[in-house]
Amino acid sequence: MRSKKSPWLGLHSLLMMIFIYVPILFIILFSFNDSRLSAEWRGFTFDWYVSLFDNDHVMDALQNSLIVAVVSTIVATLLGTLAAIAVRRSSRRLKLGTNGLMYLPIVIPDIIMGLSLLVLFRILEIDTGKTTIIIAHITFSMSYVYVVVSSRLAGMGKQLEEAAQDLGASPWQTFRHVTLPQITPGIISGALIAFTMSLDDFMVSFFVSGPSSTTLPIYIYGQVKRGISPEINALCTILILVSVTLIFLAQYMLNRGKGQKKQKMLPF
Amino acid sequence: MIELIDVQKHFAGQVVVHPLNLTIKEGEFLTLLGPSGCGKTTILRMIAGFEQPTEGRIVLDGADLTALPPNRRDLNLVFQHYALFPHMTVEDNIAFGLKMKKLPQTEITKRIEEAVAMTQLTPLVKRFPHQLSGGQQQRVAIARAIANKPKVLLLDEPLGALDLQLRKNLQSELKQLQRSLGITFVYVTHDQEEAMMLSDRIVIMNNGQVEQIGTPREIYATPATLFAATFVGENNIFSQDGRLFAVRPEKLRATRDTAAAKRTGVVQDVLYLGSIHKVIVQLDNEPMTVSIALDFTDERPWEIGERLGVDWGPGDEVNIGA
Amino acid sequence: MKKSGFALLPVLLWLSIFLVIPMLIVVGISFMQRDADGNLIYTFSLDAYKVFFDSLYLGIYWDTIVLSVATTVICLLLSYPLAYYIARSGPRRQAWGLALITIPFWINFLIRTYAWVLLLRTQGVVNSLLMNLGWISEPMQMLYTKGAVLLGMVYTFIPFMVLPIYVAIEQMDRRLLEAASDLGASPWRSFWHITLPQTKSGITTGAVLVYVSTTGMFVVTDILGGAKSSMISNIIQTQFLGARNWPFGAALSVIFVITSLILIALFNRAMTSRYESVKGGRA
Repeated sequence: MRSKKSPWLGLHSLLMMIFIYVPILFIILFSFNDSRLSAEWRGFTFDWYVSLFDNDHVMDALQNSLIVAVVSTIVATLLGTLAAIAVRRSSRRLKLGTNGLMYLPIVIPDIIMGLSLLVLFRILEIDTGKTTIIIAHITFSMSYVYVVVSSRLAGMGKQLEEAAQDLGASPWQTFRHVTLPQITPGIISGALIAFTMSLDDFMVSFFVSGPSSTTLPIYIYGQVKRGISPEINALCTILILVSVTLIFLAQYMLNRGKGQKKQKMLPF
Repeated sequence: MIELIDVQKHFAGQVVVHPLNLTIKEGEFLTLLGPSGCGKTTILRMIAGFEQPTEGRIVLDGADLTALPPNRRDLNLVFQHYALFPHMTVEDNIAFGLKMKKLPQTEITKRIEEAVAMTQLTPLVKRFPHQLSGGQQQRVAIARAIANKPKVLLLDEPLGALDLQLRKNLQSELKQLQRSLGITFVYVTHDQEEAMMLSDRIVIMNNGQVEQIGTPREIYATPATLFAATFVGENNIFSQDGRLFAVRPEKLRATRDTAAAKRTGVVQDVLYLGSIHKVIVQLDNEPMTVSIALDFTDERPWEIGERLGVDWGPGDEVNIGA
Repeated sequence: MKKSGFALLPVLLWLSIFLVIPMLIVVGISFMQRDADGNLIYTFSLDAYKVFFDSLYLGIYWDTIVLSVATTVICLLLSYPLAYYIARSGPRRQAWGLALITIPFWINFLIRTYAWVLLLRTQGVVNSLLMNLGWISEPMQMLYTKGAVLLGMVYTFIPFMVLPIYVAIEQMDRRLLEAASDLGASPWRSFWHITLPQTKSGITTGAVLVYVSTTGMFVVTDILGGAKSSMISNIIQTQFLGARNWPFGAALSVIFVITSLILIALFNRAMTSRYESVKGGRA
């Protein structure tokens, strides 16, 4: 159904898209520009990408980011999925309480979450480093996994599981043969989101990182504060590509499986 | 076969099913009929084991089922929206219950073949549910249930999601299937015509209470309550000397001899329905209309606004209480 | 029942230990003092709050609120027509539109802020372009201004506004609009009396997200505003990572959260009463 729209709306939307995308496109463009400082086009080059891989700081940060993202994603996916499954069978009050607690990391401003974790680690005299970043990332990623898997479970309804039980499946067999295959795309999607959030996080990591646990976003922040550099353009371009690819994959997984209501993925 | 003994169900302090005693016989096609929210689905779900009765017991073949979980009851449910497993083919759907029972592979293959043959699904076994039409999905749901050779097949509005023509076709298929299998069917529907056509016995329910239990013929000819009288088929309800009675439209006679008739009134409308036509009469002295069904052999013309008498034999009155 | 409670235990414990308890500790710390080395003194005190009310910090917080409100209003004005256009497009264009407004959400805000450094700096894209065109002879100072911070905030948080509004418009029952036009309402009146009230949940969600995020965002001010234009979040950050004045940082955090809650409540009420009165007028 298409209703009549003013042409101004179309023009506004076009200008908004330009506003949103042009700055990003400039980063990508300049990452291939054969000039260290100029804002003008001096020819095409891959040099900045090559020098990224020779830069030990970048490689360390990449390694840290990947370790943090992989570990926190695995733990967050397990915990979030377990909670989403368990909460369905619990009492109303427990359900409400769990939901409230699970949405907390999503609604609390990152800065508050970061500084409270910093305070906790300092009080417990835990040195900040990769471990503390991993703990912090698990804390917020878990919620996103929970939300995605819960919505997948809700979309599935109870009838399939009842049908399995009716056909003689024990609770475990029902979970193994019916529930799990049905929510697997949701779990994968949740894991991809958790991975992306971890890879992208700056605010929380900034508070709980130590000197030897610089992640890519923290590295980029340090560089950006010092001014522009073409390597940073290249690094940003790579990160943009990775995030966007992961998120499209997550969206694809979420909508996979026929008979499920199409779900839009919103990050909150 | 199945006995429900003083079964009742409360939800959050509200009575959904009033104390109910019901015996379902072996090989019987029994229908729970009533409007939505009358408790019929709850009864079915209690028999299947998805709801626990607040009070009472459910007994199958002499064994008390009440405390058993659904997976340990020797009966199967055909769900309203089929509940086919989307990630399994037709064949795997049907095999599911058999695998859970750990039957040998040869037996599983044989049972699948029988079930698909009986439900005319043989060419579709390799398909996934989303590749099937609504009617085909319905057949898979039934095949999946009967492959287990349950003692009782429970059906929860199995045709509710289908369009009228398909419904009609599947109704007669279901009836035939039940005859050839010879197992007990407990069927839930809100469609009175469907209930009349399929059932050996009908349980009419309203507000969690049984209004009447009887064969379709008994229910139609001698409804026990006002609800039963009006829910199944069209009926005219009269009140006289503090008692209520019902007379079916086809039992009413239209007569121009107003003096001898039991009631008089004015023709409000004449409706032609093919094999019969109906005269709608606004009664004198009573704020109600009655409907008289006349068959095609009656060729008397009736004018709107014309006065007429409405008459019936004393044996056509069915008492439905005060 | 018991089993499922057991399965929830790890998550509930985790969130209690790493989220709820730390936040309670922060509230506690805001009522403490510190010694010269930055160590906590465990006595009850309102000193940290007094510092906030006695000094220039009130001014900074006022600036922060003005910036956050301005960001929210600009985002709303820019986003609503865009969300409306996308939600009212054909399925293909709608899918594309949705993808295009979702993508920036998943591009790191650091990177998106950095993009404006590239554009706005003295030898940046905008200045070069304007000078080449001969419109200006000297580069303009655009970076490290309040305008740059506002621009950066709007740019960073606009997806937070577009998405909820889009969802609200998309989920609206369109038959209402058909009914309205059938009853003779002009498109503008339909919009004012039906679309806008029906989508207020989206507006509220978007506004809350943008407001709170802007107030809590120290990176944009850091990068685009330079040292001069500190906002409350920059001060908070410094108290914990630099100055080691935890009680003051904690007090500021508490004030930040409480004022945000108050403003959200006020906004919610304003939205509700505005439309209640519309409904009342029509009844």
